[in-house]
Amino acid sequence: MSPAAAVKVIGAYDSPFSHRAEAALRLKGVPYELVLEDLRNKSDLLLTHNPIHKKVPVLLHGDRAVCESLLIVEYVDEAFDGPALLPADPHDRAMARFWARFIEDKCSKPFWLAMWTDGEAQKGYMKEIKESFALLEAQLEGKKFFGGDTIGLVDLAACGFARWLGVCEEITGVSLVTEEELPRLKRWAVEYAADEKVGACLPDRALLLEHFSAKKEMFAAMAKSMLPK
Amino acid sequence: MAGEKNDDGLVLLGFWVSPFAQRCRIALAEKGLPYRYVEEDLFGGKSDLLLRSNPVHKKIPVLLHDGKPVNESLLILQYLDDAFPETPSLLPADPHARAHARFWADYIDKKVTDCGSRLWKLKGEPHRQARAEMIEILKTLEAELGEKEFFGGEHGFGFVDAAFAPSTAWFQLTYERYGEFSVAEVAPKLAAWAARCGERESVAQSIYSPEKVYDFIGELRKKLGIE
Repeated sequence: MSPAAAVKVIGAYDSPFSHRAEAALRLKGVPYELVLEDLRNKSDLLLTHNPIHKKVPVLLHGDRAVCESLLIVEYVDEAFDGPALLPADPHDRAMARFWARFIEDKCSKPFWLAMWTDGEAQKGYMKEIKESFALLEAQLEGKKFFGGDTIGLVDLAACGFARWLGVCEEITGVSLVTEEELPRLKRWAVEYAADEKVGACLPDRALLLEHFSAKKEMFAAMAKSMLPK
Repeated sequence: MAGEKNDDGLVLLGFWVSPFAQRCRIALAEKGLPYRYVEEDLFGGKSDLLLRSNPVHKKIPVLLHDGKPVNESLLILQYLDDAFPETPSLLPADPHARAHARFWADYIDKKVTDCGSRLWKLKGEPHRQARAEMIEILKTLEAELGEKEFFGGEHGFGFVDAAFAPSTAWFQLTYERYGEFSVAEVAPKLAAWAARCGERESVAQSIYSPEKVYDFIGELRKKLGIE
């Protein structure tokens, strides 16, 4: 596919997954059109191009579709010129993919449940997510971003912790990332959000706060249904 | 098993029946890369080397290359492509085809083993659900394979083939018996693909027979107290 072919992202405003796709394109300097989905009423466009999972984001490059946000990031890195989103060294690449998957597979659910459940279950998930955060904290030693001097795959994977985490903490009163316990992660979140390119496609903080506050009960119910029976 | 010669700095920590370890063996064989295989005793006690090499998950497979660890089977496969570009690649060259292959390998990882476990662990309604899900998974993979000889299509035997081939020994007998279905009936193209994989040297020398897998699961069920 010629890099010059039209690029679209089928996404959703409040979705960190959708953000990853946009952020990758902006880091590479690739112009794109954003098509916003109403996730309660999914479009034919989305369902045609992601029939298996029916989820956002989907990247359309000409007539080719790519699904799954982390795969989209790798695709953008490979299909377009511009700053590399993954390291060049094979072992470093494997480590970047490892941490991106760790965040995706091991952190997303405990983070959500730590925020939106209560009682003993919540204590368990808080312990679990804090242990995971400690591992991420260690990865940031001596680095501005997980990718080093520049934002890369792991930073994009962790984007939820740059904007969404702070908003959830404010709504719920649950504190996961503090200056005392996780200073590097706290600083990273600020640096990430302040970056000109990725910051431009993060949802506005005040608006996200408003949207999520309105959905509090729904999130708590969702979290409860995710608990093991 | 083949491949255990002087090792080019490559060591694979595995468990004999693990399809995830077997993927790596298939990949190494496809690439003609010699390596040293180390069997981990997952029930007796994991080695210090394993725990040091994969401190986050403490799981096999682990590939060590000149002492540096790479974890997670699909990441190991990609690493082998990146680190040994002179060998036959598992992923195709085109970025979209690569994304497509990664997508389907991920799909297999997310769906097959979890659903398969529920087939031999559960009874009653949860078992019925698992069976229905597995048939759906097979039909989805059948549709993706289509008329292709291998999932890799023009590329030939590739990333998704190497990822899924070890599962053929699990479907035949174990999943089919516990799940009460036949792959040949539900997904005949997939069954034919499995037979083609079995004829491939890299697969034949890397996986164990369906009978051995079935016996292993039988033993495991006893250990777990499942009737």
